[in-house]
Amino acid sequence: MRLDFLRGERLPNIWCPGCGNGIVLHALLEAIDQLQLDPDKVVLVSGIGCSSRAPAYTAFDNVHTLHGRAIPVATGIKLANLDLTVIVVTGDGDSSAIGGNHLIHAARRDVNITVVVFNNYNYGMTGGQASPLTPISSITTTTPNGNLDRPFDLVKLAAGAGATYVARSGIYFTKHLVDHLRKAIAHDGFSLVDAVAQCPTYFGRFNKKGSAGQMVTSQKDWMVLKSVAEKKTPEELAGKIIIGEFVNIERHAPVSAAAPKEQA
Amino acid sequence: MSEKMVLMQGNEAVTEGAIAAGVRFYAGYPITPSTEIAEIMAKRMPQVGGTFIQMEDEIASIMAIVGASMAGKKVLTATSGPGFSLMQEGLGYACMVEAPIVILDSMRYGPSTGMATKVSQMDLMQTRWGTHGDHWVIVLSPSSVEESYQLTIRAVNLAEKYRNPVIVLSDETISHLREPIDTSISPTIVDRRLPTEKAGYLPYKTDESLVPTIANVGTGFRTSFTGLVHSESGFQTANGHVAEALVERLRDKLFNNLDDIIQFETDRVEDADILFMSFGITARGVSEAVESLRSHGRKAGSLRFITLFPFDDDRVRKAAGNGRTIVVPELNSGQLVLLVKRVFGDSRKVVPMNKINGDLISPQEILSFLREENL
Repeated sequence: MRLDFLRGERLPNIWCPGCGNGIVLHALLEAIDQLQLDPDKVVLVSGIGCSSRAPAYTAFDNVHTLHGRAIPVATGIKLANLDLTVIVVTGDGDSSAIGGNHLIHAARRDVNITVVVFNNYNYGMTGGQASPLTPISSITTTTPNGNLDRPFDLVKLAAGAGATYVARSGIYFTKHLVDHLRKAIAHDGFSLVDAVAQCPTYFGRFNKKGSAGQMVTSQKDWMVLKSVAEKKTPEELAGKIIIGEFVNIERHAPVSAAAPKEQA
Repeated sequence: MSEKMVLMQGNEAVTEGAIAAGVRFYAGYPITPSTEIAEIMAKRMPQVGGTFIQMEDEIASIMAIVGASMAGKKVLTATSGPGFSLMQEGLGYACMVEAPIVILDSMRYGPSTGMATKVSQMDLMQTRWGTHGDHWVIVLSPSSVEESYQLTIRAVNLAEKYRNPVIVLSDETISHLREPIDTSISPTIVDRRLPTEKAGYLPYKTDESLVPTIANVGTGFRTSFTGLVHSESGFQTANGHVAEALVERLRDKLFNNLDDIIQFETDRVEDADILFMSFGITARGVSEAVESLRSHGRKAGSLRFITLFPFDDDRVRKAAGNGRTIVVPELNSGQLVLLVKRVFGDSRKVVPMNKINGDLISPQEILSFLREENL
């Protein structure tokens, strides 16, 4: 990884020991490096939460916005300067709860930005509350008797809203994660990567998931590559999360009503 | 009359003023009575090489213009009370990151959904105190279509000059009024100052102007924005001294330049024994009432606030002459009058005149009010 992509003077970061955010950030910087993007033309935009602190550790233009509001700011930046590569760094709560409306509408518009969701299944910054991605029955500080609500499937949500590139990966599968981040950034259109990381301090501790290391390595047990999952029965996939590329289609081509119509 | 006189609606004048001032990015959400601004911008922005986007709500609208402003565009959004409420968090963010943005709030009757097509002046204090935390905004108040055009240009210029949100506080009547306006005069255009040296670049380091020279994103300066308290580097700090200096600077960058920012219009205050203080559409009824009173030998005068905020007590005191009675007509239950009472304390008789039925205050009503109150 290129060290000049980081702001050394901003380190150490605020993340807890064992936090997965650093690995997702590392993968993101690796993807940017592999794409040989001009660092002066990369803008990282974030909301509020643990993961949203990541852009301030990078040497790119970085915009730390309000809770849930990274996507509309990123939309404004991108539309104001189409030469820029605009990447939203966000968490599960930031993107799918308070920012959920902005997420689906940016996907619907197919705005040419990339949203990277650092998904650790809970609100870490405020001490481990339930988010819309917290699995059912999980213990958090706001679901002390287990989460009654069903989580969003972020991949289906983004796809249903019209995203033209959607992928999911986990930090155990580092190369897989980098590959999909790279493809998402290179994609012409709205792209989203659900990057599953671990929060050992809250989600892991409350739900007896073991150490940070155990949380990472366990991903290989409950995550299934999409190519493998396609050969499995629904029973075999019960309780598993499928990772891989779910949507990769051409950007929708808008037709102006004012343009000449070929057909009546 | 100039050959360039054109008949225009207040909302259209805002869009044309914005375009004349260099606005090339508009994001908004439909709401009565500002909707025409979005509709006209949807046509006009592509014609002038700009960008129009209809966002999913007013929260997204203000955040989108903040983003476009960070990327170097001059920007506008327009809304009314209910949408302005949703914009408050974005307004505070723009104050904190010092993003030049202009918001047009066309006041309708509130609270809540209220009466969408009825006029009020009920958002005055919301412009000043709507978002949380100590912060300062510039608020300009047009009282005609012509002034909607001119003040929108001025708003864009002030936003750029001071890197601060500027609110144009219009209302339902001015938004939908049609009057002839002169658009022939080439406006003075102000552009934000930008940094020149990448070496040692600190986005929030300021000179004596106290206005930072923050780089636009994508220009190689690798700049940093955050709504957290930040040092000159643009990065977060929890240092109380840095926080204090930052918030003081956000105030002083405006308050050190009140001569540049504050505008009143006064009419015969020198010998007035009864003085009206008003803003926006209400000032037009006042103007006619003053004429009528003068024609009957009564020494009446008026002070109209063109700049509502920053509000400077000393300047108001000096501009007010020596009249013993001040009447403050406004289309709310008493907001401007709170400020006027603060200025004068018990030294003058300050009389509120309020109307909250969704109609305007007519000159005749002002004259009747004076009789009823024995003023």
